[in-house]
Amino acid sequence: MVACRAIGILSRFSAFRILRSRGYICRNFTGSSALLTRTHINYGVKGDVAVVRINSPNSKVNTLSKELHSEFSEVMNEIWASDQIRSAVLISSKPGCFIAGADINMLAACKTLQEVTQLSQEAQRIVEKLEKSTKPIVAAINGSCLGGGLEVAISCQYRIATKDRKTVLGTPEVLLGALPGAGGTQRLPKMVGVPAALDMMLTGRSIRADRAKKMGLVDQLVEPLGPGLKPPEERTIEYLEEVAITFAKGLADKKISPKRDKGLVEKLTAYAMTIPFVRQQVYKKVEEKVRKQTKGLYPAPLKIIDVVKTGIEQGSDAGYLCESQKFGELVMTKESKALMGLYHGQVLCKKNKFGAPQKDVKHLAILGAGLMGAGIAQVSVDKGLKTILKDATLTALDRGQQQVFKGLNDKVKKKALTSFERDSIFSNLTGQLDYQGFEKADMVIEAVFEDLSLKHRVLKEVEAVIPDHCIFASNTSALPISEIAAVSKRPEKVIGMHYFSPVDKMQLLEIITTEKTSKDTSASAVAVGLKQGKVIIVVKEGVDPKKLDSLTTSFGFPVGAATLVDEVGVDVAKHVAEDLGKVFGERFGGGNPELLTQMVSKGFLGRKSGKGFYIYQEGVKRKDLNSDMDSILASLKLPPKSEVSSDEDIQFRLVTRFVNEAVMCLQEGILATPAEGDIGAVFGLGFPPCLGGPFRFVDLYGAQKIVDRLKKYEAAYGKQFTPCQLLADHANSPNKKFYQ
Amino acid sequence: MTILTYPFKNLPTASKWALRFSIRPLSCSSQLRAAPVFVFKLYLKAVQTKTKKTLAKPNIRNVVVVDGVRTPFLLSGTSYKDLMPHDLARAALTGLLHRTSVPKEVVDYIIFGTVIQEVKTSNVAREAALGAGFSDKTPAHTVTMACISANQAMTTGVGLIASGQCDVIVAGGVELMSDVPIRHSRKMRKLMLDLNKAKSMGQRLSLISKFRFNFLAPELPAVSEFSTSETMGHSADRLAAAFAVSRLEQDEYALRSHSLAKKAQDEGLLSDVVPFKVPGKDTVTKDNGIRPSSLEQMAKLKPAFIKPYGTVTAANSSFLTDGASAMLIMAEEKALAMGYKPKAYLRDFMYVSQDPKDQLLLGPTYATPKVLEKAGLTMNDIDAFEFHEAFSGQILANFKAMDSDWFAENYMGRKTKVGLPPLEKFNNWGGSLSLGHPFGATGCRLVMAAANRLRKEGGQYGLVAACAAGGQGHAMIVEAYPK
Repeated sequence: MVACRAIGILSRFSAFRILRSRGYICRNFTGSSALLTRTHINYGVKGDVAVVRINSPNSKVNTLSKELHSEFSEVMNEIWASDQIRSAVLISSKPGCFIAGADINMLAACKTLQEVTQLSQEAQRIVEKLEKSTKPIVAAINGSCLGGGLEVAISCQYRIATKDRKTVLGTPEVLLGALPGAGGTQRLPKMVGVPAALDMMLTGRSIRADRAKKMGLVDQLVEPLGPGLKPPEERTIEYLEEVAITFAKGLADKKISPKRDKGLVEKLTAYAMTIPFVRQQVYKKVEEKVRKQTKGLYPAPLKIIDVVKTGIEQGSDAGYLCESQKFGELVMTKESKALMGLYHGQVLCKKNKFGAPQKDVKHLAILGAGLMGAGIAQVSVDKGLKTILKDATLTALDRGQQQVFKGLNDKVKKKALTSFERDSIFSNLTGQLDYQGFEKADMVIEAVFEDLSLKHRVLKEVEAVIPDHCIFASNTSALPISEIAAVSKRPEKVIGMHYFSPVDKMQLLEIITTEKTSKDTSASAVAVGLKQGKVIIVVKEGVDPKKLDSLTTSFGFPVGAATLVDEVGVDVAKHVAEDLGKVFGERFGGGNPELLTQMVSKGFLGRKSGKGFYIYQEGVKRKDLNSDMDSILASLKLPPKSEVSSDEDIQFRLVTRFVNEAVMCLQEGILATPAEGDIGAVFGLGFPPCLGGPFRFVDLYGAQKIVDRLKKYEAAYGKQFTPCQLLADHANSPNKKFYQ
Repeated sequence: MTILTYPFKNLPTASKWALRFSIRPLSCSSQLRAAPVFVFKLYLKAVQTKTKKTLAKPNIRNVVVVDGVRTPFLLSGTSYKDLMPHDLARAALTGLLHRTSVPKEVVDYIIFGTVIQEVKTSNVAREAALGAGFSDKTPAHTVTMACISANQAMTTGVGLIASGQCDVIVAGGVELMSDVPIRHSRKMRKLMLDLNKAKSMGQRLSLISKFRFNFLAPELPAVSEFSTSETMGHSADRLAAAFAVSRLEQDEYALRSHSLAKKAQDEGLLSDVVPFKVPGKDTVTKDNGIRPSSLEQMAKLKPAFIKPYGTVTAANSSFLTDGASAMLIMAEEKALAMGYKPKAYLRDFMYVSQDPKDQLLLGPTYATPKVLEKAGLTMNDIDAFEFHEAFSGQILANFKAMDSDWFAENYMGRKTKVGLPPLEKFNNWGGSLSLGHPFGATGCRLVMAAANRLRKEGGQYGLVAACAAGGQGHAMIVEAYPK
């Protein structure tokens, strides 16, 4: 194999010499035998500029895999060795992706810390060679340029990016519990300054091309092109390549300087960062902030700061070494494994496993213009769905429409939309009080108050006016879909679509099917959800309506139960708690419904009434405790049980009970896969992402330990803590894992 | 007379004309009657070159252009810089009166196109007409449709005549880019308006206390597309890139435009230009933007919009221009009854619109096949093409789009390409790149150029086409009036 490759290189060299006179040679043609053809990279020479095109086979994105690495170094060595080539352009042939980052599977396959560290060091060597290249290399970026992709780009001498919405640059490694392991921690601070670099690496945020230009992350922008003699995407890439070639030539001829004029602020910041005292203060501040936000749960951010610091204070050699070691350490952490698992799950939940629906949903109608209804409307209209928002009163409708407008207008303020786009998106929305136009609706989503008789009434009203193919989806968080569907003339068209509040921020959509829901109805609901940009889990509703999402009211990790109850509305919570209590009996015991009843009677309905557990004021971000709550709380105070009430125990009481419920959902077939359960728990219910979701948590923490804890709490509190059968099975056979 | 009409009767396609020809000498000027033999020869020539059908439609009145004039088009900031738009428009109107000797009272209606409106004279048609001495009983209105405003003025007139509402229309357009309305900021305007309404000193003081210095930042008239916030030059550069139009091609085309314009000017072909005595300045007699240069000179210029690697430069774009045009349009029978010899018929026209972002300037590509199909003509029938040249890159991109099957199939819903206009029939007397482009006035210039070229070169059909901001476009068939 090695020999074949060597011969391949030789044969290509000879072919190159023969064809040189033509001025343009496509390398792909010269390596005609299958063995000789590179699969990830091909390159051609235009004049004296080598154009290196990355195009990983059978994938929508280019990832830095081992094969790509080796082909890339091979190609670059040829370029450096060739006398004819004076500069190079690095570009992707895939529309919408330059390089999306390192191959996660490659990292996941590593068994030891050393292996990972070695991968990092190899990558560091390659990009170092790029940086030291005597022949200028221009990175021509169209589409996502993330993680390792960005590290490759910033080691080139020049960067040109398309000003496309899809073109984003960033270092999202931190979101996977890792750090930029190919020199990024060392180069980025030099390129954009320490504060901006830390911000990028610690938040993992994606930076759009125009912003990247301002930061100095890219040197030139290329506007995406419209239709011409070829499809726009194709021609845009071609044009980007043409522009990049002129710059590559200019750089080789020293007509263009790769150095950038820095603004005054930038110069001042750079100067300030040369003072050791200032640097120390910056590190300290950032570290403090990170500690506060991660609460020590995520190791990656602190290590990133560490590595950056090492590079600056002890020189880049120490920096690179530290980077690769810490990279290895981080990738091997449980947190990183959990986060990478979540990433995979998320990719999985962005697919429609039911296939394409028979009829595309183009006209959507939403009943109820409350927080949820309007939120669903907002994420629909901006995807081009014609949406009717219906409510019973003009006041409620006004509020809902204003919510949609505000949501869009906030995007205008952030420059994510133009005011013109906002207006044309907003015109997709029709607010009304009657059922006019419902005869054209392909799907109706109801988001009316959680009251079964009300839901029955609207279902009957709607079914009288909608066409036969129209789907009726209920955005209920507490009522069983099958009970809602009971009064339907066509239960196969009834489905649950449970959005999470606030709809425009929460990524998750939970689709609930009943025994009678048809496959096409599910396909349609998933298609709509995907269009709305949601991560989707599909759960089955059994005969005995047990629902994963109903856990929301009991466990709201990221926002805290009190805030959550305020957000959804105390009256709603009370209603839900009562319903759940009736259905689930002991399993949902524990809380005190009296508390909610008293709050409702005092008019503390949460955010919507201005008072709940907290006090809400328009324009004020800070939340103050509602002092009137003290008397209610005092009157209901239950004596704590000291043996299971340490801080750790309180946390574990929440987590283990949650995990137990989740496993039970899988056991009873409500959940189809553990991955969906994990995604649902993390994205919808705020299960800590660092634990990866309840199933991943069981795998990483150990089923036996969880069962032990549960048994301890069962003894203290009763049946709601009894471990379920599946969990017990896992505890009994340590080899059993949810993720193999 | 019987001898004259006889040969025509045997030609079925020309029979209608024959009738007209036989009538006309009776009503026409004495010159024609004085030389019957010469006239006969002319008629014979006309019949030989124009065996094609005419585009007259049954039961619809024929609309003719009696004549049209324009002020010299000047680079903005030159001799017209102290004028107001209605001054320029008035100059075009008086020029038209002088050229056609039309009695002012027969004019039923006046329509002008303009783009950047002077707020004081927002209905510039009316202000100019009053000043030019038209009857104050003749109504006037102003239309706006970006670079095809004058086209809109003309076709509005065509509609009024064809529907029998009017017989005699003056259509024109004006643009004065030397002066544009620059406004106070919205915040400042709001403050000033509120101050107006304030009743007490206390209210006034509290309003004044809200004043901030940044309120004084002025607001310039938008040079960019409202919907996309992109300037037209920027869009033109992207369009040229989308169609892979090179910088050299663009410079070559611009040079052609300037050279042809220079030639036409030197040969006195630009007969629609009327001299204009500018108050306080010398009489302006000709366009001043025609400047043939060399490709080397043009290559030195830096890109004007997409810096530093774009291809659209000052040399291959149309420049900011001051100018006005006016045209006398009549129902054919009215013109003949008044003893006029019209220059051309205004035939089928078409307005199109498409994506203002990526296809902003492709109007001609979309409008051309539609108007040809409507008129039952093909590209081969057209003897004179007059396309508005906003940018070299725009014209060449349109050419490439018209020559592309792929584009026709994927974006125009056509099975085959539109086809290329032959360059030897295209903008032979220069275009907007060289003559200038006063936004509101260009449409009439295009029609007069087509009509005059048909008369001079002996063709029957002319095709006028233009693109406009907002992603709109226009095309119209101009048919030569038989000589």
